[in-house]
Amino acid sequence: MINLIWVLMIVIGIVFAMFNGTMDEVNKAIFQGAGEAVTLCIGFISILVFWLGLMRIAQASGLLDKLANVFRPIIKKIFPDIPDDHPVMGYILSNMIANMFGLGNAATPLGIKAMEELKELNGGKSEASRSMITFLVINTASITIIPTTVLSIRMNYDSASPAEIVLPTIIASVFATVCAIFIDRFMYNRKKRNRVK
Amino acid sequence: MAIISTISLWMIPILIGFILIHGTWKKVPTYETFVEGGKEGIKIAISIIPFLVGMLVAISIFRASGALEFFVGLLRPVLERIGVPPEIIPLAILRPISGNAALGVTSDLIATYGPDSFIGRLASVMQGSTDTTIYILTVYFGAVGIKKMGDALKIGLMADLIGYIASIIVVTIFFGMQ
Repeated sequence: MINLIWVLMIVIGIVFAMFNGTMDEVNKAIFQGAGEAVTLCIGFISILVFWLGLMRIAQASGLLDKLANVFRPIIKKIFPDIPDDHPVMGYILSNMIANMFGLGNAATPLGIKAMEELKELNGGKSEASRSMITFLVINTASITIIPTTVLSIRMNYDSASPAEIVLPTIIASVFATVCAIFIDRFMYNRKKRNRVK
Repeated sequence: MAIISTISLWMIPILIGFILIHGTWKKVPTYETFVEGGKEGIKIAISIIPFLVGMLVAISIFRASGALEFFVGLLRPVLERIGVPPEIIPLAILRPISGNAALGVTSDLIATYGPDSFIGRLASVMQGSTDTTIYILTVYFGAVGIKKMGDALKIGLMADLIGYIASIIVVTIFFGMQ
């Protein structure tokens, strides 16, 4: 699936460029895209080193366990396949918290760490486990509490009230996330039922 | 509203301070533990470079060739039918694919229509309430070597659509249609 999406985007792009006369732009895009990706990753290093360092302290002091305890009942409901006290809970939580505060760049690496742990839980298979799908679906719907980038754009353009969109954003994103969780559950149950038949 | 921007400003520093004080109180060797944890950060950041390079090059080609614009044009009638205002459609289509491109469109919409117009507010809420579904799925699944992603893409895109519709409804209720 990933392979197909990836190849299709590139091949369709190249074929389009042939008929569209945009080969020049495509050539530039190849190097720009690659450069942008590396810059982004180098940028990740700073946030990742700092955040993972702090998280290690929070883990050693037992803070992360406490936080996980508070959210355990909810997380347990959403991820019934993850065993109790598994460290992946901590990574999932910190990914979600980073997302909530609009720290997208910090969320990505934490989420990948969570995915690694989930893959291990699934016996290292190359197929997505139930928990992985749930985790990523919640991630893509992303509950946002403080949309930092949007706030800064609105401030730049002299909004009379830059923060007035915060509450509507929270409502829309919570609604979309809850719907995503239910659709995910529904799809899983339907698949399971079909398998039993 | 001043309270919200103060909270967002204070939240991260306070969180950091709290973690450090709690760690000291529990007798954790804070600095050494921080360095140990930080080392892992470098490893992860370096190891995701290939995934991001592959994905961003593909997205850049797709966009620069004009293919993206073409597909935006194809999807336009469908989205218009379900009540998505035409000005916002490029954003709705770009949002799941590329965060940077969507951010560009949002800035452009806010600059053109004003941050306090219906379109400006709707773009703000849509940008804030959904995420780059295709990018997240490909990078996360790719980074850990998952080849079959199950229903994740289908559910993710459905959630985006629900997020758009919710944004339109919520913005209309909060601020009216003008």
